[in-house]
Amino acid sequence: MSKLLKHRDIRLKQRYRAEAFFRSCGLFAISLGVFFLLVLLYSVFSQGVSAFWQTSLTLSVKLDAKIIDPEGRRANDPQIICIADYPRLLRNALAEELGVSLDDLVSLREVSRMFSFGAGSQLRDLVVKNPQLIGTSQKLTFLAASHVDSVFKGQVNLSVSETKRKLSNKQLEWMKKLAYEGILHKTFNFGFFIFSASSRPEMSGLGVALIGSFYMMFIVLLCSLPIGVAAAVYLEEYAGRNRFTDLIEVNINNLAAVPSIIFGLLGLVVFIHFLGLPRSSSLVGGLVLTLMTFPTIIIATRSALRAVSPSIRLAALGLGASKTQTVFQHVIPLAIPGILTGTILGLAHALGETAPLLLIGMVAFVANYPVSPMDPATAVPVQIYMWANEAERAFVERTFCAIIVLLMFLALMNIAAVLLRNRFERRF
Amino acid sequence: MRGRRFFFIAYLFIFFMRIEIACARDQIQISGSSTIFPYAKIVAEAFGEAYHSYKIPVIETGGSGAGFQEFCRGIGSNTIDIVNASRPIKPGERQSCFQNGVKDIREFRIGYDGIIFSTNINGPDWNLRSEDIYNALGAYVVMNGHLQANFIKSWNEINPHLPPWAITVYVPGEKHGTREVFEEKLMLDGCHTSGAFDALKASGLDDKAVDVACRSLRKDGKAVEIDSDYSETFSRLVSNKTSMGILSLAYYENNADRLKVASINAIVPSEVTISEGRYLLSRPLFFYVKGAHLSMIPGLKEYIEFFLSDQMIGPDGPLVAYGLVPASDNERELQRTLLKKK
Repeated sequence: MSKLLKHRDIRLKQRYRAEAFFRSCGLFAISLGVFFLLVLLYSVFSQGVSAFWQTSLTLSVKLDAKIIDPEGRRANDPQIICIADYPRLLRNALAEELGVSLDDLVSLREVSRMFSFGAGSQLRDLVVKNPQLIGTSQKLTFLAASHVDSVFKGQVNLSVSETKRKLSNKQLEWMKKLAYEGILHKTFNFGFFIFSASSRPEMSGLGVALIGSFYMMFIVLLCSLPIGVAAAVYLEEYAGRNRFTDLIEVNINNLAAVPSIIFGLLGLVVFIHFLGLPRSSSLVGGLVLTLMTFPTIIIATRSALRAVSPSIRLAALGLGASKTQTVFQHVIPLAIPGILTGTILGLAHALGETAPLLLIGMVAFVANYPVSPMDPATAVPVQIYMWANEAERAFVERTFCAIIVLLMFLALMNIAAVLLRNRFERRF
Repeated sequence: MRGRRFFFIAYLFIFFMRIEIACARDQIQISGSSTIFPYAKIVAEAFGEAYHSYKIPVIETGGSGAGFQEFCRGIGSNTIDIVNASRPIKPGERQSCFQNGVKDIREFRIGYDGIIFSTNINGPDWNLRSEDIYNALGAYVVMNGHLQANFIKSWNEINPHLPPWAITVYVPGEKHGTREVFEEKLMLDGCHTSGAFDALKASGLDDKAVDVACRSLRKDGKAVEIDSDYSETFSRLVSNKTSMGILSLAYYENNADRLKVASINAIVPSEVTISEGRYLLSRPLFFYVKGAHLSMIPGLKEYIEFFLSDQMIGPDGPLVAYGLVPASDNERELQRTLLKKK
């Protein structure tokens, strides 16, 4: 007996070898994926993290009444404080710090190029709010110009001749001096999350894009979840199996695979030209993304419904529940984790979409904050795309920083999907 | 349960009510060329600062052609008001505009833009003649007295003064206005001066076919067509140190610490040589406005006046600081009078 067993060929060696081979293949595939992910994350983070800090100047600025209100009429005409020459105040303060004479107009011009245009508006807002400050000296922190920022972060090749650079040798000298004295320093870039799009890199941010993305996600959630779940419940629980429902099923699966730009074309024709909804608005964007998301939700919901054990259904029906009671009180509550996961993944997909927004006018420069979903807006991926095409160096880090923000949002949504599934999942 | 149902219906009602209140537009909408986009953005922002009562215009990018397509869709508040274009409107586009009721189209020139050949900053100095570029990129060239398909591999085969680099040139794709100007001004010129024109003519082609042949680029991968924006050409020039690419002067000026510019027919491109008309590759930049919208959209007229004023397109304005080549004083004045004409 034992002899027989010994001689039976069960190909043990080959089988072990096959397993080892398959395991190493799998491991290789995973490590390849992880490697490319790490390369991607490294390239994004290494180029983008610097945009979380922005170069600023902290300086004591004299709010000279002679410059703000040369004729002393501000008590009668409040408009004077609004239109005063605030950049000049900043320029004079900086010139004094650098030891530049106020008669040297050429150097003064170079001094004014060191700080951001937005600094003037910042000072104006301060003075308009607190007019009693006029005549005093205030310690202020304001943004440096984007060229100063790029040089300060070491993103500019300084070995080339002066004429090929945006900053002159004199300005570089000044920068060194200011940095040494602690006047030029980096602060956390809150503006990146608040400011709207701008042609000036240091004053541009994700503000409008974040609001637009938020509106669109809200609209997608409100429209596609009820419609998608209703369609899936009907198809799965009520509709009979015939050629017609088969056709619908094939079409839904097809729809999930349609290139997203086609939904954009549909949106342009139906929502903008036929229904007359406003172009570039987050409402139209949200509706287009709804169309794109809801096949995903239908498919996820149907598979979640199918996964509910038939014994639950049969038990409910056996105890005298109607079909509708069975579905709404027993089947759907059990399918919720699957529905939620599918919805969140669909939303995450919609959040990262740019192509359909191109055709409905959302790939655009929008500087006013959208008050309602009817106002023009952009979205975060759109802002990334637009910054990637800018010529100025300071937009490069902003592009990658916006990618980091988008990745964070996607990661949060995916984590939420996992948490919700674990929380609501019921085992029997 | 009933309360929840009520909320659901109320929500649907409010949602669709909101759609109903789509009112007349109070914000200017602009679309078109990505070359003019940065300029339009600067103007729009300054416009918002100067005129607090108007909203800042919305500016889309998508190329001149796509812009005209939207522009010619019709009149009304759900169509765009202005299209930025890096080339003049084509007769076909004008016709499709006319059919859709866009009859009063106003053209304005904002200034000029230079198209440059650029290499990595570490490359040698280049001086290209039109025929060098034609011989490097054209589909049919004259070699040793014979007309043949282009198989020249390196620059010094064309002209011994040029560096021995293998030919790799990043050319804008066909949807770009830049490409058209490049073909019109450089390839056709080079076709004549290199003798390919006469050779093509002698081979029995008619004028139209010769024109097409002169414009066509070689297809063996030496002329790489870039369909996206200048930023892709730029990143390729930075990584491939022996390549050459076509960029706009404004893009070059913003990245002059990493790029070197080639002179063409011994003229270095700059604002001076372009505005004097000595540099070959330059083009006017335009925007087109619907006359019917001037009285319909609040702020549109003010925006155009502001754009055409010297504080924007003048020689000391912010657009010139970004890289626009300013038009002459007379020309700018002419554009301003165009707006006043009915």
